[in-house]
Formats: sequence, structure tokens, C-alpha cells
Amino acid sequence: MKSEKLTKVILFLSSLTILLVASGMIYSLAGGSVLAFKTFGIKFIYTSVWNPTEGSENYGALAFIAGTIITSVFALLVCLPLALSTALFIGEYYRDKPVSRIVGTMVDLLAGIPSIVYGLWGFYVLRPLIVDLGLSPQGYGIFTSGIVLAIMIIPYATSISTEIIKMVPNDLKEAAYSLGATRLEVITNVLIPNARSGIFASFILAFGRALGETMAVTMLIGNANVVPESLFATGNTMASVIANQFGEADGLKLSSLIAIGLLLFIITALINAAGKFIIKRFS
Amino acid sequence: MKKSLIIVAIAAIFASCGNGTKKQTGTEKSSVSLAAAGATFPQPFYNLIFKNYSEKTGVTVDYGGVGSGGGIRSLKDQVIDFGATDAYLSDDQAKEMPAEVVHIPTCIGAVVIAYNLPEVAELKLTNANLEDIFMGDIKKWNDPKIAASNPGVKLPDLAVTVVYRSDGSGTTFIFSDYMTKIGKRWAEKIGTGKSLNWPAGIGAKGNPGVAGTIKQTVGAVGYIGSEYSFAQSIATAKLQNAAGNFIEPTIESISAAAKGEIPADTRIMITNSTDADAYPISGMTWIILYKEQAYKGRTKEQAEATLKLLDWVIDTDAQLVAPQVHYAPLPASTVEKAKAILRSVTYNGEIILK
Repeated sequence: MKSEKLTKVILFLSSLTILLVASGMIYSLAGGSVLAFKTFGIKFIYTSVWNPTEGSENYGALAFIAGTIITSVFALLVCLPLALSTALFIGEYYRDKPVSRIVGTMVDLLAGIPSIVYGLWGFYVLRPLIVDLGLSPQGYGIFTSGIVLAIMIIPYATSISTEIIKMVPNDLKEAAYSLGATRLEVITNVLIPNARSGIFASFILAFGRALGETMAVTMLIGNANVVPESLFATGNTMASVIANQFGEADGLKLSSLIAIGLLLFIITALINAAGKFIIKRFS
Repeated sequence: MKKSLIIVAIAAIFASCGNGTKKQTGTEKSSVSLAAAGATFPQPFYNLIFKNYSEKTGVTVDYGGVGSGGGIRSLKDQVIDFGATDAYLSDDQAKEMPAEVVHIPTCIGAVVIAYNLPEVAELKLTNANLEDIFMGDIKKWNDPKIAASNPGVKLPDLAVTVVYRSDGSGTTFIFSDYMTKIGKRWAEKIGTGKSLNWPAGIGAKGNPGVAGTIKQTVGAVGYIGSEYSFAQSIATAKLQNAAGNFIEPTIESISAAAKGEIPADTRIMITNSTDADAYPISGMTWIILYKEQAYKGRTKEQAEATLKLLDWVIDTDAQLVAPQVHYAPLPASTVEKAKAILRSVTYNGEIILK
């Protein structure tokens, strides 16, 4: 009985630690951003000036919010067909065949590559390619970082979707086949409807990862603090402006960067909540 | 059984904590190890000379390259023996410090204009050219304004891509200080700072980031710390100094920039120097420390070690090493002023260096 009690205490303490850490983070982010919100008010969220020059300091987060959302949504749109097809390939079409095991391992391998390596690849391989194709004069911008982000989040969406697709009961599929359904019909009418909430959840997770990615994006987005005008324009994201500028920041600027961190936290939380809500509605 | 294990584990944790604090107070008493933090720009120089110094005297210096802002913050929090910064403390910043801080210049660096035009071996830029390029007004390299400064040079029909530091940086501070001095439009619209509201171009992190981006992008132009560009032999533009001469950035032309009038507290930007041979975008870097060294339980031994080290840093031994790592040494007149400042630093009101 003693060990029962001990387990309970350990589990309780671990959960409590998570709670404390999360609320401590929110507390310190909120505390640090008070100065920025006091100075600029709600304007901080919808203006895009980022002027750190002493004397005329003025900060607004719109450029970074826009950059973050646009790159992440673009990455998700690119990732969606690729990840879903790969998941179906591994989880259904070539299930338990050697080829699907190879593809599956490669997908997991992609997940293990550090983001700086993706950044390097984007910088030295993808970016010159974009210049050669004439899409943009120097190759930095939303498009380049979006593509790299898409590749980075594919493994997250793929491996969870694969597991979910594999979990669809065989009875259901066999019933459909016995009624004369083709493979495509089984996928669209049985597999996807049954697995959709799990697949959706996997894309929410992937999207969350894209929102917070820092290093690879910083190397490729151009770090121009403006609202991007086109897909090939340069921009900046919330995570990368923080990574770039916190080192030399103090006072109002530091507070503004912390406020951006808080906003990023809130955006991620909102997207997670929306995802959970949608999953509940569907299943 | 399990319970006793946990008790042992907890006891071990507490014991290790206790050890840690004991150790810390222990080193404070013996005081042969100094902690410093700050600018990354002079870090290669500091790393080299601090190593030399510790081989000579046994005093070890732990220098953290956390940026000028971080150096100032650490000194303000009184967690280090001295800080390092590329931008001297403004009067407002000095007021925010808990006690009076003195500045000791240690070496001189410069900001060079690097470019990537494979067919242009030598590029001259006037101050007006610089302003037009970095304000985003000159969009093509074959613009007649650039051509006018470079007679006989065939400039390509390429887009100008400005590359700047996306992180806050002393390099940006020195560059923008110069631009503010020479450009009216720049002074009005952009001003001076460690990071700026850039009108054009793309940002990259750190000197290596800017240099790498320029190297990879044909038609790019940007500013880089001289110590980095010298080490990497990057193509740099000749700039027009206050005397009207086009000057190539070299150790000699950078050192010449500090030959002018330096105030007694050494807090001055030496950009746009009036010396005829000076490279115009040069700047000193400083070590900052409290004038009263008795704070937060620091021992007299520690204060003496700090002062002796700094006195050595500005002396011939260390200054001769500077060009090896691509920094310009301080001219004799500046060293004299710095030595006088060091001799005003006290411990409990008593002058430390005699």
C-alpha cells in the first residue's frame, strides 16, 4: 500500500510542477510586457512601426504577427497534401511493406534534423534555386522560409496521421470492400471520415510547430520589420525578431519583445483551443 | 526501503547545494579569478590577451560575450568585475547605474562597407552615395551617382541589395553614428542606435550572418566589423573621409582616427575623424567598471587584480597583440588618458593603483 501512496504523490508532484512552470511563464511574460502595453496600449497589436532609435522609440507587433501567420499558413498549405498522401501511402496503400518502412524511417529522420540544418539547406540550396528561377532577386522572404517550414513540419503531420489511419478498424474497411468499394472509395468514405479528428489534430500540432520555429526562419526570411507585401517579399516573424533583438534590448524595447512573446503564446494557445474545439465537434 | 532511498536522495541534493555555496564564497576569498561580460566585437582580442595574462600572472578572466547591452546590464546588477561595451554609456544610462562608472578604451575597430560585385575590383563610395544606398534610394549598381564616384569602372546593371544587422549591435551603432553625422536625411529619418528602423534591405544575424549573406548574394552591400572582414578578406569599399580622401580600411587608417582630440573621460565617437589619413567609420571599444570597487562583498584583492589587469590591457604588451587579431591599437595620447582614469579608481575611498 505504501508504494501506491508513493506513486500517487509522485504523479501529483509532477503534474503540479507542470502547472507551476506554465503559470510561472505566463506570469513573467505578462509582468514583463506591462510596460509595452501601458505605453502603446492595444495599438501595439495593430501597428507595424518598429523603430528602436533612442528618442523616437515606437513599437508595434503587426509586421511580426503577419509574418508568423502568413509563413505558417503557407507552410501548412504546402505540407497538407504531401503529409496526407505520405500518411496514406505508409498507413494504408503499402502498409507493412518494406517500401513503406523505408519511407516511414525517412519521415522520422526528417523530424530529427535540427532546425539550423534546415536553415543551412535553405540558405545554400533552396535560396539560390529561387534566385535562378527568377522568383525573387535575392531569394530571401516569405516563400523561401515557408517552403523550408513546410518540410520541417511534414514529419509531425505524417507520423501522427499514419498512426491514426492504421488505427481505423479493419472490419470497417473490409465491410466497404465487400460492398464493392474501390480502394479510393474506401479511403474517402471510410478511412478519412473515421480518422479525420486525429488527422486534424496532427496538423494542428504541425501548425503550432511552424508558428514557433525560429532558427531556420531567421536565416531565410530576410528579417525586414515590415508587413510582407507579397509571397516573395521579405518579412519577419515573432520568434525570429525575439531571437534577433533580445540580446541588446533594454527598457521599452525589451518589454515590447516580451509582449511579442506573450502574444505568440496566446496565438498558439488559441489555435490549440480552436483545434480541440473542432475535434470535439467532429468526433 | 524506498522511503529511505528518497531521504538519501534529498539529503544528497541538499548537501550538493551546500557545497556549491561554500565553493562560491571560497573563490571570492582567494580572488584570482575575475568575471567579465559584454561586447562580442572585441571578444577575440580579449580572449587572446586574457589568456596571455593568465599565463603570466595566474589571474584567470572569464569573459562572456553577451553583447554590449548585456555587459552594461551585468555591471548594473553587480554580478561581474567589469563589463565591456562598444557604445559608451549615455548620461541617462550612467544615471541609472547604482554608482559612478568609468570608461577605459581598449582598442579601435572600424565598420567596413562590404560588397559583392564579382567584376568590380575597387569601389569608391562618397558619403552621398552611402546615404543613397542605405536609404534605399539607389536601386541599381549602374546608377549615375555611383558611376560618378568611380570613373573608368564598369558597373553592372544589378539590383542593390542592402544587408544590415538584424540583431542589436555596436557595429550598427558606429555605422549609424557616422551616417547621422554625414547625412541630413539619415539624421532626420533614421538616427543613431544599436538597431534601427531600416528603410530598405534584408537583415542577417551577427557579422558572420551579414558577411555570409553578402557573399551569397550578387549585388549585395552591407556593413561589417573590420576585425571580421580583415580575417575573412572580404572586398570592401574605399570611403571618403572628412578631409576628402578616399581611404581603404587598414589597421593604420583605423588607428589614425583616434589621433584627434579625446576628452578626459574618453567618452567620444571617433567617426568622421578630421585626420587626413583616418578611415571615417572607426570606433573605440571600452571596458566599464565602478569607480568605487568595494561593492557586493568584493575583496580588496579582487579589486587590485581587476585594476592591474586593465592597466596591463592598455599597455604596450597587450596593445601590440591587437593587430594580430585585426584590431587597431590605441594611440599613445589615448593610453595616457586611460591610465589617468584607472588611477582614479578607489577601494573604500583609497586609490588602488599608485
